[in-house]
Amino acid sequence: MMTLKVNGHDHQIDADPDTPLLYVLRNDLELNAAKFGCGLGQCGSCTVIVDGKAVLSCVTPLLLLEGKQVTTLEGLGSIEAPAPIQRAFMEEQAAQCGYCIAGMMMRAQALLQKNPKPTDEQIRAELEPHLCRCGTHMRILRAVHRAIRLMDTADAASAGNRSAQ
Amino acid sequence: MTKSRIIVSVLAALLIGGAVAAFAIAWRPAIAAIEAPAPQSFELALVKRGRDLAAIGNCNDCHTVRGGKDFAGGLPVPTPFGTIYSSNITPDAETGIGRWTEAAFRRAMRSGVNRDGQHLYPTFPYDHFTNVTDEDDRALYAYLMTRQPVHAAARANQLSFPLDRRFVIAGWKLLFLRRGTYHPDSTKSAEWNRGAYLVEGLAHCGACHTPRNALGAERASAQFAGGDVDNWHAYAINAQSPSPVPWDADALFAYLRDGWHPDHGVARGPMAQVVSNLSSVPESDIRAIATYMAGVFGAPTPDRKRRGEEVLAQVKSPPVQASKTSAAGAAIYAAACAVCHETDRALPYGGVNLALSTAVSSPDARNVANLVLSGVGAVEGERSPIMPGFASSMHDDQIAALLNYLRSRFSNQPAWTGVEKAIEDARRTQTVFLQTSPGPRNAPADATQRDKP
Repeated sequence: MMTLKVNGHDHQIDADPDTPLLYVLRNDLELNAAKFGCGLGQCGSCTVIVDGKAVLSCVTPLLLLEGKQVTTLEGLGSIEAPAPIQRAFMEEQAAQCGYCIAGMMMRAQALLQKNPKPTDEQIRAELEPHLCRCGTHMRILRAVHRAIRLMDTADAASAGNRSAQ
Repeated sequence: MTKSRIIVSVLAALLIGGAVAAFAIAWRPAIAAIEAPAPQSFELALVKRGRDLAAIGNCNDCHTVRGGKDFAGGLPVPTPFGTIYSSNITPDAETGIGRWTEAAFRRAMRSGVNRDGQHLYPTFPYDHFTNVTDEDDRALYAYLMTRQPVHAAARANQLSFPLDRRFVIAGWKLLFLRRGTYHPDSTKSAEWNRGAYLVEGLAHCGACHTPRNALGAERASAQFAGGDVDNWHAYAINAQSPSPVPWDADALFAYLRDGWHPDHGVARGPMAQVVSNLSSVPESDIRAIATYMAGVFGAPTPDRKRRGEEVLAQVKSPPVQASKTSAAGAAIYAAACAVCHETDRALPYGGVNLALSTAVSSPDARNVANLVLSGVGAVEGERSPIMPGFASSMHDDQIAALLNYLRSRFSNQPAWTGVEKAIEDARRTQTVFLQTSPGPRNAPADATQRDKP
């Protein structure tokens, strides 16, 4: 049994210490935003935020998460009250099949929490490990730029703070 | 004349004499500029040979910025003396070598002087290139002069006085540059001699694998005893090699050709670019390099041979379930590493059994720290080994516990010292790298350890 902190709540998890975080999120906690893509930490679709950093949950064993704060896409906002990053992705219609999008949003969110005004080059460099096979890359980039503008406005700031665990 | 006048005259004479001597040592004439020769004026076969030689020389590694134009220079090479930027060696007339004659190119290779007559810093390894033959210099010149010209002005080096004065390099050359072409050893085979010519010369293996002295010159007495490059340790490649299984010519050939060997693992870090270049040159040259280097490693002592066999036997026996001890490092290894490093998936796509890893048996924890933090990035356009990095999911204490565990379980060497420092450095170089440019994540850009003047 270990305690796992996800989206501000403590969960008691009964799993082997080598269980990937992704399995726990999806199977035990039914937080299905993070996706299983390659299982090798090479595609980015399983990305979540751990203590402010983007982490590939498919290659992160439970053991490494003792005492750390995990944030998934569900923790950023909801359908009724989407976080700025989610609103930006919706407004730019950045998802096609959508499989990579949760991961893209989580890494972009981690970037913007650390650096609220990244250059286009920095965004590209940051998202470079993420694969998208539909080819919506340009929309994704536009969405991140839109999120920067949304987060810059006062009303978005509170939503941003809520999500910045 | 009074006594004081005599003293003054003698001093003046000494000063003038000294100045003349220094001038003679430091001054080199400019070589007249030419109109850039037309690419068609070079024979195709010569250009092709030059391409292979440039690959053996790994020229593109320093003369190309990640994501930049080929051979346009501008790569910062931090040294203990300051940062030096690589130069543009495309045939651009203004900013490259477009107006250089072949003689000017050869002079740069032999004695580190540019067309204008300025001394070049020995980050450009002319202490090795001095042995390159006229024919090979001609081929390299033909290859470079037929590349796409790129207009890219040199970036100013960041060196403090007096090292920013190029005449100082003349003094360095007096001390350390031993000019001379390769003299074949008639008691050895033609293949061995070919290998020696390449290794000591164009391939400049010692530039990374030989430790340097306080003035940044390779220590002749410690040739191939292991050096530093880009915050990586370049392993000893002589009798002091830390490789658990001793190298032989066949293993070296496979490793240099394919970039990996089942008994040794994959070439990553700064060596990745080297093996990528070597994969495309004539097989006979790789064979020659392997033959010569096998001699440098020397036949293993009976002790080392036995130890190598033990390690291989241990690896080939059915994998033992990693011990579920309470030690933090063992638990992390079992949870995060063993899933790839103790499976039946073969190299290069499976993880090497760490008992075979040179990094874990090496005297220095840096390479393992770099790999655990940054992983091994996929190489664009190539099938390549991969490993996820754990910089964001492990904190420093966890990485330290893991490194200490790997050392004690998978090597027969004493515990590392300075593990915390190695992790801190690996984090810093990784951070710098991520902030500056996209590119292969297995090669930190902050080359703090490249000990060259």
